[in-house]
Amino acid sequence: MSAAPAPKAADGSAAYIGRFKVWRGDADGGELKDFEVEVNEGEVVLDIIHRLQATQAHDLAVRWNCKAGKCGSCSAEINGQPRLMCMTRMSVFAPDETVTVTPMRAFPVVRDLVTDVSFNYTKAREIPSFVPPPGVGLGEYRMRQEDVGRSQEFRKCIECFLCQNTCHVVRDHEENKAAFAGPRFLMRIAELDMHPLDAAEEAGLDRKSAAQDEHGLGYCNITKCCTEVCPENIKITDNALIPLKERAVDRKYDPLVWLGNRIRRR
Amino acid sequence: MTRVERHTYDVVVVGAGGAGLRAAIEAREQGLRTAVICKSLFGKAHTVMAEGGIAASMGNANPHDNWQVHFRDTMRGGKFLNHWRMAELHAKEAPDRVWELETWGALFDRTKDGRISQRNFGGHEYARLAHVGDRTGLELIRTLQQKIVSLQQEDHARCGDYEDRLRVFQECTVTRVLKDEETFRAEGGRGGRVAGVFGYVRESGRFFVIEAPAVVLATGGIGKSFKVTSNSWEYTGDGHALALLAGAPLINMEFVQFHPTGMVWPPSVKGILVTESVRGDGGVLRNSDGKRFMFDYIPDVFKEKYAQSEEEADGWYADPENHRRPPELLPRDEVARAINSEVKAGRGSPHGGVFLDVSTRLPAEEIKRRLPSMHHQFKELADVDITAEPMEVGPTCHYVMGGVDVDPDSAAATGVPGLFAAGEVAGGMHGSNRLGGNSLSDLLVFGRRAGLHAAEYAAELDDDRPRVSAEQVDTAAAEALRPFSVEGGEPGAPGVPAENPYALHQELQQTMNDLVGIIRRAGEMSEALHRLGSLRERSRSAGVEGHRQFNPGWHLAIDLRNMLLVSECVARAALERTESRGGHTRDDYPEMDRRWRKTNLVCELADRSGELAAVDPSAGQIRLSRRDMPPIRGDLLALFEKDELLKYLTDEELGT
Ligand code: SF4
Ligand code: SF4
Ligand code: FES
Repeated sequence: MSAAPAPKAADGSAAYIGRFKVWRGDADGGELKDFEVEVNEGEVVLDIIHRLQATQAHDLAVRWNCKAGKCGSCSAEINGQPRLMCMTRMSVFAPDETVTVTPMRAFPVVRDLVTDVSFNYTKAREIPSFVPPPGVGLGEYRMRQEDVGRSQEFRKCIECFLCQNTCHVVRDHEENKAAFAGPRFLMRIAELDMHPLDAAEEAGLDRKSAAQDEHGLGYCNITKCCTEVCPENIKITDNALIPLKERAVDRKYDPLVWLGNRIRRR
Repeated sequence: MTRVERHTYDVVVVGAGGAGLRAAIEAREQGLRTAVICKSLFGKAHTVMAEGGIAASMGNANPHDNWQVHFRDTMRGGKFLNHWRMAELHAKEAPDRVWELETWGALFDRTKDGRISQRNFGGHEYARLAHVGDRTGLELIRTLQQKIVSLQQEDHARCGDYEDRLRVFQECTVTRVLKDEETFRAEGGRGGRVAGVFGYVRESGRFFVIEAPAVVLATGGIGKSFKVTSNSWEYTGDGHALALLAGAPLINMEFVQFHPTGMVWPPSVKGILVTESVRGDGGVLRNSDGKRFMFDYIPDVFKEKYAQSEEEADGWYADPENHRRPPELLPRDEVARAINSEVKAGRGSPHGGVFLDVSTRLPAEEIKRRLPSMHHQFKELADVDITAEPMEVGPTCHYVMGGVDVDPDSAAATGVPGLFAAGEVAGGMHGSNRLGGNSLSDLLVFGRRAGLHAAEYAAELDDDRPRVSAEQVDTAAAEALRPFSVEGGEPGAPGVPAENPYALHQELQQTMNDLVGIIRRAGEMSEALHRLGSLRERSRSAGVEGHRQFNPGWHLAIDLRNMLLVSECVARAALERTESRGGHTRDDYPEMDRRWRKTNLVCELADRSGELAAVDPSAGQIRLSRRDMPPIRGDLLALFEKDELLKYLTDEELGT
């Protein structure tokens, strides 16, 4: 057979042999394995993982889809930093630097770089959905751009779960997972709460106090670590969590403020 | 009998992109127990990468818009090879499907008066695309995903089980559609009703069978058979191949859309999509001489509709009533060919593309607001600031117009009761070339129809449900396990080393890219068929190491079967069609030929029993035939001027 064509440095650009440590193993344990592999100009960490798969470790497990930072599949920790592998350029490392790639730490390992992220899907189901305004038919929704802009920011979320992985409330505290939805899903509550036409209140659902009482908003002490790792640059803490906390507090202790808020929203 | 996990549902949907999720929502809302199976995690399907928008004639930006205008644009874009009934249903139903998303929580960008904003796109007469910046696909997927969650919450509230009537099996791959034991035998292994699906859980490698009388294929496209592509690893033509293997025909497989603007630099991102919205919002294409070359490439059929000068084109953005459209907004096939020609003529950019410039056309802030993910993508991946400098772009394999031959109204696959197909995996809707924005609307319109009709079909069966035979399950399991047993040589061919599936895949991609790519020639396509034959033989000894738990090498070895089947369809049909039309360009037959207009090329499995015997490489696995399309209904023809129709239809067809 003809062997796989050796990866060439495209356009004659400089290629070098990079050193990598990649975590390999499964639920029963594992270790960092050393690799030496070619790195070409313009490549990202995911390219290197793919090259390892194609040439040295055919069964290396990794998730990815879009390779353009749009699907949120390729989350991992690179030199300890939670990042998307497809958006981490190799040029940020010195050629003689060893690059270490490990799976996200807050979730159980399935195999190699693949983790069990079902925690997030469980949490997603626990957040009450959008409640459509009764009596508003197809094509009759009217919302101003200024009013949808805030929720739109949160809907940029690609569900990479890096913020979930990073938040200290659960990162090393398995015991908090049951009570805490995590930044991504607290943000989802904020998104629905700021949706101009969400009719949750009319349906007897108070999203703010639910965030506080049922989804663990109180655990968040606004350290902003989630915001720092978000590849979509969503201001999770400033724009979603803090306002949600304020509104939850208003709601709890000051019915007049709440009433005022409601009137302003109309 | 092989040990497999077993489930029973009424409707199984294979694929969780826009079409699959919309189908599943519909089937569940009809009250049927529905399963969705997807290769990735829930919410990661390729639809998230769609950028520009959803085409629907809501008339928010231009009150003159209506379904008839949308229908006309769609037929023109597809060079009249579209199944007119699909194009009609699509144009009529798209607005409701978009508005419906709002009731599920979608937040589109708004007009000043609070309606859904609509943007311009290639081939659409009016600003028609509902959008959210340049991340419309993400909004679509997330909205459908969240609608599914809300249906699950309803079930949870009712009976305590989220998954009572709607369950997503994520990270699972289907390798076979199973047939009803009795009818399968009765027709000598050829026909038979659908009885379910066989597949494996990617994480554990365990096999599963889902018994269900109705299966909806919504698996998307085939782009991973080409080297330069905007498609993700999931796009291995699974649904196309599953349909073929189940006995259903594919049509229009020669039509593959090369999106004109993919990234060309750096090499590792080559092929990644650059949204058409860049051009819709004012971006222009220039060659290395700085010339806006698209004015030189307006084909005769579109001469009246496009501006002849830069002044006229630039006037259109603000005043579309009194100016014709800029030629950068011609349908995608035209733009892709033009770029290809410029590069071939030596007027390309440094990395073998052309320049796409929006930096001199819009203020930086406006670019960041309208095209945020393009701005981010170029900055992060290519060190290019699109607000200050042009992008380099070139054609990339983006979409297959061909797919499962379906009944337009019900999305039922021809000849296989219980099988349905919607979205990219279905053929006919887009003819020879799809307009941008018509994909997301297609997913919603026909996803819903497929879910509805699959549910009706399943409900009508009552107790007459098909049964899966143990024998079929054993065969499917053996086929899937094959890559593990070929190590050290195939039985009967001692000493032949196992083939590396990654290397085979690379060779396949190179073959399709070089020999059945954007510009095609008879000799090259014959050569491609020959190479595909030998790749197919070699793929039978594609071996893998390790075990079944999350093993990408094994997954790829299995996917190769599908890519090879689909690639052969593309190459055979492309060789047969001796004209150029839409996403099929022949160097040796450069003209569009009206006599070919009404002909569909139909691909079927040569060995209908569904077995992939080690056939002689030159013979191949696909049998090709020609079929006439049904004549376009009179009232739809009447939407066009006679002069225009004469460019596409023969005199006999027009009764002159
Ligand atoms: S701001 Fe709150 S949610 Fe975000 S990381 Fe800190 S504690 Fe966690
Ligand atoms: S909020 Fe940001 S970090 Fe968190 S899941 Fe979404 S995209 Fe990822
Ligand atoms: S592969 Fe999609 S975000 Fe990295």
